[in-house]
Amino acid sequence: MAELMYWEAIRRAHDEELANDPNVIVMGEDVGLIGGTYKATLGLFQKYGEQRVIDTPISENSYTGIGIGASMAGMRPIIEIMSINFALLALDTLINAGAKIRYMSGGRVTCPFVMRTPGGTAHQLAAQHSARLARMFMSTSGLRVVTPRSPIDAYGMLKSAVRCNDPVIVIEHERMYNMKEEMPDNEFFRPLEGAEIVRRGTDITLIGYNWSVHLCLDAAKRLEKDGISAEVIDLRSLKPLDRETIRRSVEKTHRMLVAEEDEAANGVGSEIISIVIEECFFALDAQPVRIHAADVPVPYAENLEKAAIPNVEDVYKGALKVMGRI
Amino acid sequence: MNKADQKRLLREMIFFRRFEERCFEAYMEHKIGGFLHLYIGQEAIATGVLEMAKHKHDYVITGYRDHIHAIKAGAPAREVMAELYGKETGSSRGRGGSMHVFDPTANFMGGYALVGQPFPLAAGLALACKHKGTDQIAICFLGDGANNQGTFHETMNMASVWKLPALFVCENNQYAIGTRIDRSTAVLDQYKRMCGYNIPASQHDGEDVEVVMESAKKAIDHVRSGKGPYFIEYMTYRQRGHSMSDKTSAYRSKEEEQQWSERDPLKVYGAKLKKAGVITDADIKKLEQEVQDEIENDVIKFAEESPIPRVEDINKYVLDDNPDPRWIGPLQNIY
Repeated sequence: MAELMYWEAIRRAHDEELANDPNVIVMGEDVGLIGGTYKATLGLFQKYGEQRVIDTPISENSYTGIGIGASMAGMRPIIEIMSINFALLALDTLINAGAKIRYMSGGRVTCPFVMRTPGGTAHQLAAQHSARLARMFMSTSGLRVVTPRSPIDAYGMLKSAVRCNDPVIVIEHERMYNMKEEMPDNEFFRPLEGAEIVRRGTDITLIGYNWSVHLCLDAAKRLEKDGISAEVIDLRSLKPLDRETIRRSVEKTHRMLVAEEDEAANGVGSEIISIVIEECFFALDAQPVRIHAADVPVPYAENLEKAAIPNVEDVYKGALKVMGRI
Repeated sequence: MNKADQKRLLREMIFFRRFEERCFEAYMEHKIGGFLHLYIGQEAIATGVLEMAKHKHDYVITGYRDHIHAIKAGAPAREVMAELYGKETGSSRGRGGSMHVFDPTANFMGGYALVGQPFPLAAGLALACKHKGTDQIAICFLGDGANNQGTFHETMNMASVWKLPALFVCENNQYAIGTRIDRSTAVLDQYKRMCGYNIPASQHDGEDVEVVMESAKKAIDHVRSGKGPYFIEYMTYRQRGHSMSDKTSAYRSKEEEQQWSERDPLKVYGAKLKKAGVITDADIKKLEQEVQDEIENDVIKFAEESPIPRVEDINKYVLDDNPDPRWIGPLQNIY
């Protein structure tokens, strides 16, 4: 066992997958010589060479397309987009091509590539570096979307994403790269599908993904002091969603809250609440609550940025509301 | 080139012409839906370039005007027609239609409706060829209109920096749907735009199949030798509308259409072979009849008689239908 930071876990996954399969390549802006903006590929250019760890020009749409084209011919590219905001430039090749090639070829041509990209707000980066956008990718047929909350999942899910035969978007978070966790030294994989019950409880289900799982866990600790036993679910995969785990938990607790860092409209929270209504409406004893960002482009000023995104207090109070305590 | 090959090439082009005309007829009969873009007038380019490529070995990719590129690359014509008919036996199992023909057995990696999207996909195929160290190349066919997409500039730059084995074939038919090139594009000779990317390029007559072949051979040799990409521009003319829904009279003159019809690739090559004593008018008539019979008795018959896809299969092919549980899971919770 060794304690690794989130970025170190991702780096380890890259290293092992590059070593495992000569068809694995990494491409993106500054992933090579300097080892990535978040150090996710540190030293791998020097270890595997410029043919396999490829520094690209600032051309997101076309280098994503090049990765997709290479995957159609048997390569396994890991495409890094420096910030999820820049992924908007790559939507044509990603969604119009990558997500559709298997289907529109009748399953005859496949494109197994991975796109990694950090979303989320962090340290006053302002509107053009703080998008989250998970809700947009999760509504696209033909993609898998996963959101590792910890170094173990960041490592194990990236490895699974490289091995699986589908296009996978891995959404990381700018504020999680330095998060630490004890990890086994031996190689392991974490499945891409399936939500995880990360805390057991009986009174209310708190649902999050990526960063918001940590808000839910912290809120659960505070609720415990109030005598409320909260169950916390990490969705892990936003596409496909694990309806079964959500249903079983809500059938047990009869109350739910869903927390996301993104804006509310057409979002993860709306989708989860729809699922609960479809799956187990009559199990609910109280109205569900969703915790989400303000409906604004993320502001720069520190106090405004804080006010724009949800925090532990918001989740805690939301849970009290569901419990009828406020 | 020997006479037998010349005759075969003429027959192929007659076949391609008849195939497209027959698509038009089937479309009017509502046997084919969606958008339909015909290749009539441009046949010499796909025919000539792919004649010089390594059959079913090099990768081929193009835009939505893709039937003939697919067939010349090696996709069975009957499967391409079945695709247009929306049948389960179609090249893309009825999921793609006219604009999205795929046949990986021919290394034909698809037709794409997003103009300019095949540029980076082709560069990616080329990157894979280079990475694996095979002697394959990727050949990308697109029209002049695609060259005003950002992907054109981004891809040419990367293909050049990374010396990718890609041949970019520009079929300059001078119109982006109804917008003539001089109304949309600052540099009319498309090959000149390659100065900005340090990619060798040239421009040729795209209506004479032997001129196409000769120039394509040089370009393909360059690319295959590892010297990096090449951009080749062929001047041509689309004789029909962009698709079935535009009237060419709205954007171009009868005189212009008349002038270009004199350069019809079938007429040009037929005249050349007659002059050289390779073929007679009677031979051409016979070829036309043979092709007509083949299309009716094989291609159309197959498309007509093939089954439609089963509605129960609508969710197939979205993701891997037999995923490996080691990577996919799902994660098991203890409830």
